Amino acid sequence: MPAGTLYRGREGMWSWVAHRVTGVLIFFFLLVHVLDTALVRVSPEAYDETIAVYKTPLVGLMEYGLVAAVLFHALNGLRVVAVDFWSKGAKYQKQMLYTVMGIWIVLMAGAFWPVLSHAFYEVFGS
Amino acid sequence: MSDATLSTGSTGSTGPSVENPAPLIEPPRARTGKTPKSTRTNFEMYGWLFMRLSGILLVVLVLGHLLIQLVLDGGVTKISFAFVAGRWASPFWQAWDLIMLWLAMLHGANGLRTIINDYAERDNTRFWLKMLLYTATVFTILLGTLVIFTFDPNI
Repeated sequence: MPAGTLYRGREGMWSWVAHRVTGVLIFFFLLVHVLDTALVRVSPEAYDETIAVYKTPLVGLMEYGLVAAVLFHALNGLRVVAVDFWSKGAKYQKQMLYTVMGIWIVLMAGAFWPVLSHAFYEVFGS
Repeated sequence: MSDATLSTGSTGSTGPSVENPAPLIEPPRARTGKTPKSTRTNFEMYGWLFMRLSGILLVVLVLGHLLIQLVLDGGVTKISFAFVAGRWASPFWQAWDLIMLWLAMLHGANGLRTIINDYAERDNTRFWLKMLLYTATVFTILLGTLVIFTFDPNI
C-alpha cells in the first residue's frame, strides 16, 4: 500500500470516509434527478417515459441504495453536528456512531418492503 | 551556582548559543507579506457553519421527500406527471421543493469543493475541476428553479 493513504482508522476515520462517499453519490444523483424532473416542462409523455425507468427492478434496487446512502449521510451528519456543537460530542463520538448504525439498520429494514415490493412482484410475479 | 554550570549551554554543540543561534521559524498561519489579501475573510468558517445548518434542515426536507415519493401510497409506482401536477398545485410543496433544491445543491457543491481541494494536488487541475463544479451547480439550480416557477399542468 502506498504511504499516507491510511489515517488512524477505526470509527472516526471510516465514518468520515463513508460520509464523503455517500455525499458524492447523492450529489451526482441530485444532478440527474433535477434533469429528469425538468422534463415536466417538455411534455407529460417525456416525463412519464423517463420516470418509467425509475420503476424497473434494477433501478428500484438502486433507489434502495440511494435510501441507504441518504439515511447514513443524514444520521451521521447529525452526529457530526453533535461532535462540533455538544460539549461532550467528541467524547461520545463512537457511541453516537453505533447509535447511528443501529437507527440506520432499523430504518433500512422498514424501507425494504415499501421501496422494493414493486420490483419484487415484477421479478417473481405477484 | 558555578561558572562551569553556566558555560555548558554556550560551549557545547547540543543547544543554541549567542554564536550559534536557533533558526527563526515563522509561527504557523502567520500573516506575511506573501499572504494574499483575499484570504482575510471568514469564508471557510461560514462554509463550515452553512454545512451544519443546511444539513439539519435537509434531514427533514429530504427524508420527508423520500417518505412521500418512495414509501407512502405505492412508492415510486404512483409517480407520474399527474402526481407532480397535484403536488405543485400547492404553494407549500413548491416552497418545500425550491428550498430543498437550493440547500441540497449548495450543500453538495460545497462538499465537492472540499473534496476537490483535498485530492486534486495540481493548481490547474483544482481550478478547472472547481470551474466545472460551479458551472454544473449554477446550471442545475437555475434549471430546477425555472421548472418549479414555470410549471404548467396544462402543457
